[in-house]
Amino acid sequence: MNFDWSFLASQSVAPRLLSGLATTLELFVASWIGGLLVAFVVVGLRAIPFPPLGWIMRIFVEYHRNVPTVVQIMVWYFGVPEVLPDPIRQWINQNQSEFIFAAIALSLNVSAYFSEDVRSGLRAIPKTQLEAARAIGLSAFSAMRYVTVPQAVRIAVPPLLNRTLILFKDTSLAMVIGVAEMTYQVKAIENLTFRSLEVFATATIAYLALSLTIMGLGAWFGKRFPPTFKA
Amino acid sequence: MLELIQQYGVLFLVGSWPNGPLGGFAATLILAFLGMLLSFPIAIVIGIARTGGLRAPRLLATIWVYAFRGIPLVMIIFWAYFVLPRLTGIAVPAFVTALCAIVVYESAFLGEIVRAGLQGLPAGQAEAARSVGLSYGQTMWHVMLPQALANMVPSIVNQFVSTIKATSIVYIIGVQEVTFAAQQVNSMEVGKAFQTFMALACFYFTVCYLISLIAQYLERRMHRRQMGIA
Repeated sequence: MNFDWSFLASQSVAPRLLSGLATTLELFVASWIGGLLVAFVVVGLRAIPFPPLGWIMRIFVEYHRNVPTVVQIMVWYFGVPEVLPDPIRQWINQNQSEFIFAAIALSLNVSAYFSEDVRSGLRAIPKTQLEAARAIGLSAFSAMRYVTVPQAVRIAVPPLLNRTLILFKDTSLAMVIGVAEMTYQVKAIENLTFRSLEVFATATIAYLALSLTIMGLGAWFGKRFPPTFKA
Repeated sequence: MLELIQQYGVLFLVGSWPNGPLGGFAATLILAFLGMLLSFPIAIVIGIARTGGLRAPRLLATIWVYAFRGIPLVMIIFWAYFVLPRLTGIAVPAFVTALCAIVVYESAFLGEIVRAGLQGLPAGQAEAARSVGLSYGQTMWHVMLPQALANMVPSIVNQFVSTIKATSIVYIIGVQEVTFAAQQVNSMEVGKAFQTFMALACFYFTVCYLISLIAQYLERRMHRRQMGIA
């Protein structure tokens, strides 16, 4: 078990690790943006007072929270193409389907958590805050812009960042369907060279550095913008 | 899907047992339960070290928590797979490898729950215990931990759900649990992937949803008790 850093620079290692890291980041960013967009749609739909819609949204959220992310990825990659019509299936197969399905699965997964975080942020602000803002003469928009939303953001962002960290780590699960992200490349390099230590260490440090950045962001936000209400 | 469950239900539930090793959902639950059970003592040590006054243990525990919260479980499993045989000098079974990885991983999360539980108690509890002459150890053992543990129960139950879900990745090193069983079914049945994986999702959903309902109930009951209503 001797450490040989020069091994990392070799042709079969460095390019693979770097492209793996790039794919990890792409998958993370794509799923994060997708997840946030879907989350806002879910929050909007859940606000509509039409019970059947509420139930469907509830099932959507509970499915994504109570089924392992790996299984959700498998359902999308192995299962869904089977029930799609042929032309769509062919288009998907020609266009890097692993990445697309992993991004869809991770987006939907994280959107369920994001939507709950946004909702609990909004609900934590007492109605009296809005009423008071309106009473002193703010318009409905100004009351939201200056009074309720800033307070809701303070409550919603820390759990959103925590979930962002989990999403970042969950990108590693995309290896099970063959998305060539960092963990997949680590395994590939190990199979190719029979050396693990240096590659494991490098990938671990890379994951850790990015995770700590997200955690640091969360700690900074919590200090800079402490909640005005207990959620 | 019903037909598929009828045909492969046993495989989903217990794997190839009794003719082979116990697998399927039973193995998933055993793995998650043992993982939680074995990581609990480590978590208590972490929680106490993180809230205590000694600098070195506090630093070590903090590094432990941040490190294992920041690394994906897959990487920890790879490390366990790589390190364990070299440490012990013998071939370690896949189940044990996965269990070790899960124990280390969960200890970081459970440690944070223990810390939150200890910090959530009013400072007066420790002060009162110390002022009637209890030592630090006695204060922890007889006053702080029992109360903190009672308050932690809902979080621990929620963490159990997370652990069950986390175990689904260990099939990649060949542990025969329920996701492994689904992969087996998928390789035997052509054109039934959607049904197979939806059935798998249903197994997880039923159990995880029920357990999270229990957690919600416990949480509500705890709140009521703290408010002095019940």
